[in-house]
Amino acid sequence: MTDRVTGTERVKRGMAQMQKGGVIMDVVNKEQAKIAEEAGAVAVMALEKVPSDIRAAGGVARMADVSIVEEVMEAVSIPVMAKVRIGHIVEARILESLGVDYIDESEVLTPADDLFHLDKKPFTVPFVCGCRDLGEAARRIGEGASMLRTKGEPGTGNIVEAVRHLREVQSQVRRIVHMNEDELMTEAKNLGAPFEILLQIKEAGRLPVVNFAAGGVATPADAALMMELGADGVFVGSGIFKSKNPEKFARSIVEATTYYQDYQKIGELSKDLGEAMKGIDMKTLRPEDRMQDRSF
Amino acid sequence: MDGNKYRVGILSMQGATEEHASQLRNLGHEPILIKNKEMLKNADALIIPGGESTAIWRLMKKNDLIEAIQHFAQLKKPIFGTCAGLVLLGKGQVETEHPVNLGLMDIQVKRNGFGRQKDSFEANLDVKGMKEAYPAVFIRAPYIESAGEHVDVLAAYEGKIVAAREDNLLVAAFHPELTDDNRFLELFLSMVEEKVIAV
Repeated sequence: MTDRVTGTERVKRGMAQMQKGGVIMDVVNKEQAKIAEEAGAVAVMALEKVPSDIRAAGGVARMADVSIVEEVMEAVSIPVMAKVRIGHIVEARILESLGVDYIDESEVLTPADDLFHLDKKPFTVPFVCGCRDLGEAARRIGEGASMLRTKGEPGTGNIVEAVRHLREVQSQVRRIVHMNEDELMTEAKNLGAPFEILLQIKEAGRLPVVNFAAGGVATPADAALMMELGADGVFVGSGIFKSKNPEKFARSIVEATTYYQDYQKIGELSKDLGEAMKGIDMKTLRPEDRMQDRSF
Repeated sequence: MDGNKYRVGILSMQGATEEHASQLRNLGHEPILIKNKEMLKNADALIIPGGESTAIWRLMKKNDLIEAIQHFAQLKKPIFGTCAGLVLLGKGQVETEHPVNLGLMDIQVKRNGFGRQKDSFEANLDVKGMKEAYPAVFIRAPYIESAGEHVDVLAAYEGKIVAAREDNLLVAAFHPELTDDNRFLELFLSMVEEKVIAV
């Protein structure tokens, strides 16, 4: 038979469904990628610097050097994701041509376009995008994102923003599901969300795409907390390779994500972990350093 | 027959567990999300879902599920593996440094045989015993490179084996749980029924 169709919505969203209950880890070279795979990561995010180093370095953060992405793709058999600047059509097309499995149109990098996100529908490769609330989530789905992640505040090792964003999205989804259909249009206006996406959420009783949590996960207990609050899985950026013992943190975070309600086990996993990454209190973060505010 | 309710375990390390669970509920059966070997004892059958085979394998290993599932298979209880589940049920893998498998079904598997995500696809598939084509969703899918003489090949795509059965084991390289078409699940449930009647 020759009726093969690639890049369908089902295939793009389906790939994220296969990642559920798993941990996606930021890596900057093949050694880290192998540690992540060995620890049971469901995918790796190849980038030039982890968010906490991007924060420290300042300046403009761009798509990773292609050689890093290729090195990571070569090193592991699990899916490889990579980040592009918001609205950077060409960076996205480059990663697609490399055969990257998922693209993160990410606020962790410096936006290339301060008005428009990518039109993600024409791409064969699927996209994941960040969100802080349902309006943002629905706009990204409307543009063709096949997966979401609540943003948190990347590179801080502080879970508070991740909790806020996940709770906000979950609570807004519940509201939509219980609304009458005649209230949806005004809600769409208030949220800045496409009406059709809200209708889909109401009918399905949930978001139409997988939603992971990100931005501040630093310990196994943090990962389990995000699962407890209803995340479909967890992204860990700086939390693993900025800790004192990356192998152990990686393995423990993976297991805590699967067994997120087995508190005795999570207790065991949290023993003798060594030092977690040094965190940042939100109050000490200048407004211009808040990555979460970089999208629209 | 109709009205029989089976307790079907779904291995829940990671992956598309809820999709299988909701299909089972729609057909009136009870899914059990299996996270440890004790839970396996209550199941009439087991589904190993799509996900990342290396991640699922590592978690199974760490949590004593490998021998438990091998024992489950020895009892001739039916097991259905989709995508990563197919990889894990096989006896071997080709072109892999670190094979991850339970060694149960006499098949040699090529992981990511159809390529990376950009090559993931949907296609209508002719399946042995099904009158109409099956809408198959292949995501970074494996295929069966070779199968032993007791393996019944159910479907092939472009010459590559993508669905098969051997005794109490059923595998698909694609994802029936991502479609509304229940025919593969019904095939599996008929295997469960045979087993329950035999007991």
